[in-house]
Amino acid sequence: MTTWMLRRLIQAVFVMLAMTVIVFIGVNVIGDPVEILISPEADQAERARAVIALGLDKPLWEQYWRFLLGAVQGDLGRSFVFNEPALKLIAQRMPATLELALTAVLMSVVIGIPLGLYAGLKPDSIGGRLVMGASILGFSLPSFWIGLMLIMVFAVQLGWLPSTGRGQTAELFGVQWSFLTRDGLAHMAMPAFNLALGNIALVLRLTRAGVRENLPMDYVKFARAKGLSPNRVVFVHVLKNILIPIVTVVGLEIGGLIAFAVVTESVFAWPGMGKLIIDSINVLDRPVIVAYLMMIVVLFIVINLLVDLLYTVLDPRVRLETRE
Amino acid sequence: MSAAASPEPQDAVVAVKQETPFARFVSEYCESPVAVVSFIAVVLIVGVALLAPWISPQNPYDLAQLDIMDGRLAPGATSMDGMVFWLGTDDQGRDMLSGIMYGLRISLGVGVGSAAIACVIGTALGLIAAFAGGKVDTSLMRLVDLQLSFPAILVALMILAILGKGVMNVMLALVIVEWARFARTARSAALVEARREYMEAAQCLALPKWRLVFRHMLPNCMPPIIVIGTILVARAITLEATLSFLGLGVPITEPSLGLLIANGYQYMLSGKYWISFYPGIALLVTIMAINLVGDQLRDVLNPRLKR
Repeated sequence: MTTWMLRRLIQAVFVMLAMTVIVFIGVNVIGDPVEILISPEADQAERARAVIALGLDKPLWEQYWRFLLGAVQGDLGRSFVFNEPALKLIAQRMPATLELALTAVLMSVVIGIPLGLYAGLKPDSIGGRLVMGASILGFSLPSFWIGLMLIMVFAVQLGWLPSTGRGQTAELFGVQWSFLTRDGLAHMAMPAFNLALGNIALVLRLTRAGVRENLPMDYVKFARAKGLSPNRVVFVHVLKNILIPIVTVVGLEIGGLIAFAVVTESVFAWPGMGKLIIDSINVLDRPVIVAYLMMIVVLFIVINLLVDLLYTVLDPRVRLETRE
Repeated sequence: MSAAASPEPQDAVVAVKQETPFARFVSEYCESPVAVVSFIAVVLIVGVALLAPWISPQNPYDLAQLDIMDGRLAPGATSMDGMVFWLGTDDQGRDMLSGIMYGLRISLGVGVGSAAIACVIGTALGLIAAFAGGKVDTSLMRLVDLQLSFPAILVALMILAILGKGVMNVMLALVIVEWARFARTARSAALVEARREYMEAAQCLALPKWRLVFRHMLPNCMPPIIVIGTILVARAITLEATLSFLGLGVPITEPSLGLLIANGYQYMLSGKYWISFYPGIALLVTIMAINLVGDQLRDVLNPRLKR
């Protein structure tokens, strides 16, 4: 187990290093920030001074080495546009994205599992089929279009929910959060639901498949024969057994949600990291692009690692296999 | 297909039983009415996309035909020179119906093109991995696993952040996102086929390796690849639309469906829904139809589901 974890950790570090090389070299070889940042009227001397100030005159490997040294110390360069540390910019916007993603996770579990149980227990009922049909839509429809339709119906036509922004925020642990105020919650409802849709469909289908798979098993028959109420059989015995794949998938999808928040944030003008990266790509603000990509890569590697570990804790069968 | 000509009816009873594989495939596919409708829809959509320059009421790329005075007209309105805009116009006075037809061309072209390239690369690598085994197999599959652990949108975003916008870069991003799924599918199919007797027979004939893999193994690996291919075309179209919507995809001069939707976004809040709505419907129908065809293909081609 320890050697396995160690190997997994070393692997993660290597992936991270490889990613820094790809991202850094990619971003720095292609696209010239001097063109964008220095006004066209600037003369040769001013240009040269700017190049030196930005450290762009050094050879690429030296730029990379300085970047890596800085990254280890938590310094990923300064934004060309905002003239602030890139990491600070991202950290400022991170709570907005995190609360959106976590609300989406909550929604997908709270909505997905009950619907999945229903569809699994009554697969031939009209309701069960409707739920399954709708879940296909949740998978295959482009999420940005659903977001637009949500805005059209609930913000423009009905006027029930605000369409853009975070609304009023309140402070907790020195960070501004939307979920603490009524106004903020109203602003969050549509984007979070939009972000959650794909995951609701996923959780729903996993739950249904799990129920269908577990119902004919002996332990269910035994529990029934014991005279337990149908509710207890489903909610205690069956649910416990189908929870493992659901926990894994939901855990793995948190990273996906944070990445996909790029789209939702653009649709609902939610001021999170995703909107920042899109804006930064449009003006070629390289330090912010690199910092964002590095953050996301690290986040993903950590999430994958945690889910792997969690899996061995939850499911003893996996532990036995790795011990060989 | 030479198979279509083969059933010479020597005996009427035998002829019924000896239907060609293709005829059997068609009849099994047609068992689901939804799938038939979807297939017809896909054919129509592809037809519209291919024939757009000839059947669209207006050439949306030809600025001479546009009149800014016709901008943001509601569906059914008539233009200054008497043309009817069935689906309204966008902010530059472009007929939405024509815009959608031309947009479909670009969306389908990018989606199908990138999926086809990804299919060739991914399938080839998957077959090589399965056939070579050992280190080649492990390292290729590690790469596939690694890539699939990152969501497609993120990989695409990363590539576009590095390479910049543009149609070619979007296609490249889509190919890089999708090849891994093809490789995994092809490998698992090939591993099953490699143990079959015909492969042993072919090996005994001392055929060259490339011939073994591409002439004998590949045709038998095709069914799952075709299924995953259809679904990945739909995914590629979705992803392209998403990227274009974010402003990272195709250029504004030749908009795909995603960019048409993005253009209408700002007007939606003032109630001018059609600029975004109709391209969205076109995108939706396209994706749903391709997905449903893919679903039915999976049911028909998957021997495990056969009754």
